[in-house]
Amino acid sequence: MSHHLVVRVIAKLLIPFILLFGLYVQFHGDFGPGGGFQAGVIFAAAFVLYALVYGLENARRIIPDKYIRMGTALGVLIFAGTGVAAMLLGANYLDYSVLAHDPPHGQHLGIFVVEFGVGLTVASVMVAIFFAFAGRGHKIDEMED
Amino acid sequence: MIAAHLPALQIVVPLVSAPLCVLLVKARLAYALALVVCWVAFAISVLLLGQVLDSGVISYRLGGWAPPWGIEYRIDPVNAYVLLIVAAIGALVITYAKPSVAREVGSGREALFYTSYLLCLTGLLGVTITGDAFNIFVFLEISSLSSYVLISLGQDRRALTASFRYLIFGTIGATFFLIGVGLLYQATGTLNIADMANRVAPIEGSRTVQAAFAFMAVGLAVKAALFPLHAWLPNAYAYAPSVVTAFLAATATKVSIYVLIRTYFTIFGHDFSFEVMTLGPVLMVLAIAAMLIGSTISIFQDDVKRLLAYSSVAQIGYMVLGLSFDTVLGVTGGMLHLFNHALMKGGLFLALGCVFYRTGSVNIEAMKGLGHRMPWTMAAIVAGGLSLIGVPLTVGFISKWYLLLAAIDSGMWWISIFILMASLLAIIYVWRLVEAAYLSPSPENAPAGEAPLIMLIPTWVLVLANFYFGVDTRVSVGVATRAAEFLLGAGS
Repeated sequence: MSHHLVVRVIAKLLIPFILLFGLYVQFHGDFGPGGGFQAGVIFAAAFVLYALVYGLENARRIIPDKYIRMGTALGVLIFAGTGVAAMLLGANYLDYSVLAHDPPHGQHLGIFVVEFGVGLTVASVMVAIFFAFAGRGHKIDEMED
Repeated sequence: MIAAHLPALQIVVPLVSAPLCVLLVKARLAYALALVVCWVAFAISVLLLGQVLDSGVISYRLGGWAPPWGIEYRIDPVNAYVLLIVAAIGALVITYAKPSVAREVGSGREALFYTSYLLCLTGLLGVTITGDAFNIFVFLEISSLSSYVLISLGQDRRALTASFRYLIFGTIGATFFLIGVGLLYQATGTLNIADMANRVAPIEGSRTVQAAFAFMAVGLAVKAALFPLHAWLPNAYAYAPSVVTAFLAATATKVSIYVLIRTYFTIFGHDFSFEVMTLGPVLMVLAIAAMLIGSTISIFQDDVKRLLAYSSVAQIGYMVLGLSFDTVLGVTGGMLHLFNHALMKGGLFLALGCVFYRTGSVNIEAMKGLGHRMPWTMAAIVAGGLSLIGVPLTVGFISKWYLLLAAIDSGMWWISIFILMASLLAIIYVWRLVEAAYLSPSPENAPAGEAPLIMLIPTWVLVLANFYFGVDTRVSVGVATRAAEFLLGAGS
């Protein structure tokens, strides 16, 4: 893709905005449309675009597989851990009401943290799936050469 | 305080440990965590069963939202019993797993294997414990997706196609179940099973409810591998890693049968299921066909794992046969076979895992002379085989005895002929194993020596359980009877 100058420049311009929009959808999700799943997909789309334009090797250098794998696991842990935290504070599993000084704030905080966990896992899994498929095609090409 | 949270902990403990296994990376650490967690889950299931038998139904509000709006975990004698089966098998199989997984799954993927195992356990326990119809679907998918991964980790490349085939079948089954739940939600406006059961009764005549019943019955029959919807099962069991085969054979289809029972008896009620929809004869014909055809096909298998897989199809027939009588005695027989079949097939597949560990094959050719080369393993296979046939003093006999009693009690004594025929067929396929192992000479340079003790001990625990519960039936029959009475509304 080295000769596609326009694509490279535009991609470089767009990627920060895609990431920012992902964060907006993530953290504005409790006031407007959005939430962890959508945000995770948008966030991952930025990395997919980067990999498409600058190549898989470069994308893998930015986020090594090890971190992607950690991201998938951490997101689930954040979600489940929020539930456990509520349990430790004396309420039922996933009852966020006890997480803050009064129930509405507690519920707000709980959803906020849980959605962050969802976003992290979804983004990591999306990137992992893309890398797996893209990397596989690459290997087949090499074998054929 | 912990006691009040046991229902949530039953699910949360394995669920949280699954991602932790990913983070631990090292096989040894992941195994240690999975081992501890599975035994903790087993301890929780024992405590829950004790609580239910002492003080009746337990209800746990997830997130503090009251049912029928929120998700409720609801534990009665029926699912406490199934929870115990699943958790016990999960704990025994994971104890056995380490050497077998290291050999069959290969380094680098072991931590991920234990993650999938824990997720699968979470899913199966979740399906069983929850009192919410949609939640059943969610947990069903957690257990199914992780079992597709587990099956595809088999050494044989055909494991991939077997897993893909199971994925297609499993997805169709789960989707049918979901369509059924959707229709019921549309008709009743609730997803809580207890609430649904109350609201379904007055609108039994409605087409929506009848369509929902049909979708759920067919979808769950696919998941439970009820003949003739069993096509995914033989290859999935034959090519999966040994540990996975033992775990899934002893738990996954049992949990699907449990959901079937829940659907027929709790959601729709046995009047509707068996009188309005005339489920009895349908199930009975399919069950007898499964018993006879499954056993017959398994006689002609050379791969012993496939042989036992077809035998599982037949055994599922026995469980469904029990349900089809729609009497306390029949349902007791079906529920009892749920437990007993988990013991026999768990033990048998674990013993086959030992064979594979030493010889690298489970073909009947490779088993020639094995009785002299691996005496303990082969003795376990023979003992498990005896239980499969239904020899007195084994659990297989107890199950068949209760099914016979149920058949005679319902005035259908001729059913006993089919039970006897299926048992005779079982003698043939078990005899093939005995003949190969004891009466044929070992091939030249055949590998000899027993499997490691850590693999033999769990195998023998399950095999001996076959005999223990074949003699002392107070626990198994007692709980199964309580469960059947609860389902049919005869007891407390």
